[in-house]
Amino acid sequence: MTAAGTTTALSPARRSGRPSAFRLFARNQLAAFGAALLGLIVVVVILTPALPLLDPAATDPANRLLRPLAENHLLGTDHLGRDILSRLLWGTGVSLLVGLSATSVAALFGSAIGILAGYFGGRADTVLMRGIDMLMAFPYILLALAIVAALGPGLLNALFAIAIVNIPFFARNIRGVTLGLARREFIEAARLSGKSDLSILLTEVLPNVLPVIVITVSTTVGWMILETAGLSFLGLGAQPPDADLGSMLGEGRKLLITAPHVSVIPGVMIFLVVMSINLLGDGIRDLLDPRLKSGALARPAPMTEVVRQETDYPGASTEGAVAQGDSVLAVTDLQTQFRMGDDVYRAVNGVSFDIRPQECLGLVGESGSGKSVTALSLLGLVATPPGRIVGGQVLMQGKDLLGLDAAGLRALRGDRAAYIFQDPLTTLHPLFTIGDQIAEAIRSHRPVSYKDAWARAVRLLDAVRIPNAAGRASAYPHELSGGMRQRVSIAMALANDPALLIADEPTTALDVTVQAQVLKLLDQLRGDSGASLLFITHDFGVVSEVCHRVAVMYAGRIVEIGPTEQVLDAPAHPYTERLIACVPRLGEPGRRMEAIPGLPPAVNALPPGCAFAARCPHAEAACREGEIALDALDVAHAVRCIKPRGRLA
Amino acid sequence: MLAYTVKRLVLAVPVLLGLTVIVFLIMAMIPGDPATAILGSYATPENVERLNRQLGLDRSLVEQYFVWLGNLLQGDFGRSYNLNRPVLDEVLERFSATLILAGAALLLCSIFGLIAGVATAVRQYGWTDRIVTFFVLIGISVPSFWLGLLLVLTFAVTWRLFPASGMFAIYGGGDLPDLLHHLTLPAITLAVVATGVIARLTRAAMLEVLRQDYIRTARAKGVSERRVIYRHAFKAALVGVIPVIGVQAGFVLGGAVYIETVFQWPGIGRMLVTAISTRDLLLVQGGVLVVAASYVLFNLITDLLQHLVDPRLRT
Repeated sequence: MTAAGTTTALSPARRSGRPSAFRLFARNQLAAFGAALLGLIVVVVILTPALPLLDPAATDPANRLLRPLAENHLLGTDHLGRDILSRLLWGTGVSLLVGLSATSVAALFGSAIGILAGYFGGRADTVLMRGIDMLMAFPYILLALAIVAALGPGLLNALFAIAIVNIPFFARNIRGVTLGLARREFIEAARLSGKSDLSILLTEVLPNVLPVIVITVSTTVGWMILETAGLSFLGLGAQPPDADLGSMLGEGRKLLITAPHVSVIPGVMIFLVVMSINLLGDGIRDLLDPRLKSGALARPAPMTEVVRQETDYPGASTEGAVAQGDSVLAVTDLQTQFRMGDDVYRAVNGVSFDIRPQECLGLVGESGSGKSVTALSLLGLVATPPGRIVGGQVLMQGKDLLGLDAAGLRALRGDRAAYIFQDPLTTLHPLFTIGDQIAEAIRSHRPVSYKDAWARAVRLLDAVRIPNAAGRASAYPHELSGGMRQRVSIAMALANDPALLIADEPTTALDVTVQAQVLKLLDQLRGDSGASLLFITHDFGVVSEVCHRVAVMYAGRIVEIGPTEQVLDAPAHPYTERLIACVPRLGEPGRRMEAIPGLPPAVNALPPGCAFAARCPHAEAACREGEIALDALDVAHAVRCIKPRGRLA
Repeated sequence: MLAYTVKRLVLAVPVLLGLTVIVFLIMAMIPGDPATAILGSYATPENVERLNRQLGLDRSLVEQYFVWLGNLLQGDFGRSYNLNRPVLDEVLERFSATLILAGAALLLCSIFGLIAGVATAVRQYGWTDRIVTFFVLIGISVPSFWLGLLLVLTFAVTWRLFPASGMFAIYGGGDLPDLLHHLTLPAITLAVVATGVIARLTRAAMLEVLRQDYIRTARAKGVSERRVIYRHAFKAALVGVIPVIGVQAGFVLGGAVYIETVFQWPGIGRMLVTAISTRDLLLVQGGVLVVAASYVLFNLITDLLQHLVDPRLRT
């Protein structure tokens, strides 16, 4: 559960603040520039017959090879005295037309092959795609050359050759998408309703693959114009007296030294056409590629950006010892936000807690409650962009972690404080052996040889009960089971004897039986090593087994915190109460488990007052206004509720 | 690894056979009757028929294919009428020149493409990113044959730093420095487009990888940022980029056709263009087959390389 988790709570009624498709496109200045340039070229080409130009074929030997800006010849003349400007505009038209025709032919046949292969699958797929693979086995231009060799040089033949060699790109892309679609429910439903294959293909499949066709067209059309020009350049495309940009360039090449403008000018035009199409194509692709809309493709910085408004926290200094009591970690008013377009998601909205030596604190909440973001914020691991820490203080060993620079954080990460993440399949690097990854954790903080680090890695793997640790150290993550992988993560976290372990749903991705084993191991190793543990989970059952204290999070805030037994036996917050009621208990088969009605509020549009009020059966008017404080019930137990359960009648 | 190599080699056989089928079919598309073409339009029908029988053209297409394939397997690619020499000899001689050019270009585009891709990903939205991305955009939009002309004009004609054409100097050349001197401009020209493509895809792959959970893990255990990027992210990105380099090898081999024409490089591309205009079709056929087969082989090497980098493929 990462940044994306916070967006799942978005209510559909509210318009998303993420940039719209059109705004994205308009903001993409390069794409707009490409569109404008291409539009200009196309308009000029369309108007060419009406423009007061000289006849492109009219020779004038007396005025051959005039330089640009000559009288009557703006761009000069070629070796036969023909006007280059006129030839350029007519040639551009031919090149555009040929390129677009080749693209249309390739798109038509390629898409048809792709759709048929993907939709029908089986034999049809095998036969069609093997044929496509064969075409792909040729170096691109070479196949086109062979086809032109057979058909004979000529513009139309060049067009076909280029179209044929581009069919595989369309066929492959479109087959992939169709294959996914053909297994989807709505296609199945259409089949069951008695629609014919043809009508399903045209009304259900085609509209859905159209974006992919458009993307493929926009990325290949530039190429095709370039390649048809190339064939003409070689003398295999347009034959005199016809001329496209490529053949103009090819003819001018012989005069390169005496009259470079004859070949340079058509080259500039090809470049401008292809570049404008590429820019536009990139813009279209970005537009149709939904991932880019959330800004998710931005590269996460090495540490979360910290922009604290006010820094007058007690002892807010990165130097020297700060009074921190006897806690290992003290968090005060931590605030982390995600910015998506104009929206601000307050994922962590003023969280405070502390962890004492050797203590295990559970942090419990639903998906999107902000518990993982809290954990990641501690050592600046929230991805920036879009995340940033806007307030609070995190004290560890007398240092304010939010005031540290990247190097300071790096020194602490994996050394004094270590993380164990949720899904070990994605959190371990797939291309390095597990021994290597643990050794790296050690060597990042201690000046030991690789050999010694490896030996310690093996001992650690042994400590987390991995059988044949010495041999398994050379295994890659994909060669281990889920439970084993999580043991590796734990070994890696323990590598430098950290004072604090931060475990983010360490057992959620595992089978139930394996969960219990890993949990037991983690609890035991924590006890042995004397480390404190911040344990993040959505599962109250797990909390009761390992945590001394528990904090319950809702919509970015802690709503209740206290000793585990006290909270479990007598939850004070209605949300905690409902959450506990969701946990199945052994020996109580008849107990009804009730889901909590409704959804958590979107953290970019939090209501005033208690965030849970809308779902709370006990809510009253006072719950929906003002700031509700986290009030102490007794020394250790606090709750953010004006009507704590079982306390006030 | 050995078992996998053998397996890939065996799997390459049907692909190679497929290549021969396609080339054969393309050549069969040629309009007109070869016998009439050889004998001229005044030949008697009897003579045409006899020559057709001699050439095996009276048999079915399938039979013709297998006879033709049998000849290929024995190294008989036919004779070039214009050059009056066995096709295979000419093709192999020319192909070595192309390999030097394409190999140098592939080396250049791999090195600079990867460097540019990583640099732009690391400095995303920074000035390095903008400037390199700008040049990459120019690189993938510029017609290579035109770029070659511009380079000749600038570096060979105006500044006289490099020779404008050929592979060796006519007098006193022939050694490695001479070759490199001649190789510089065409290799750079040929590499430009592929460099742009590799840089773009490397950038995208790096950005994708840098968002992965295992990169966060690396940071969480305190690995230095330099190591995160150049060891963790780069290796993972390479898995996605190696096939791209394989595809680019095809474009470089094909693009050599233009560059060899511009720089008068005595390679197979220029041979093909000449052969097409002189209708020396056996030479075209032989050239296409040899280049395509070498490309299949190169893809095989890319696959093996991929296999070495990615342990997940080995199980």
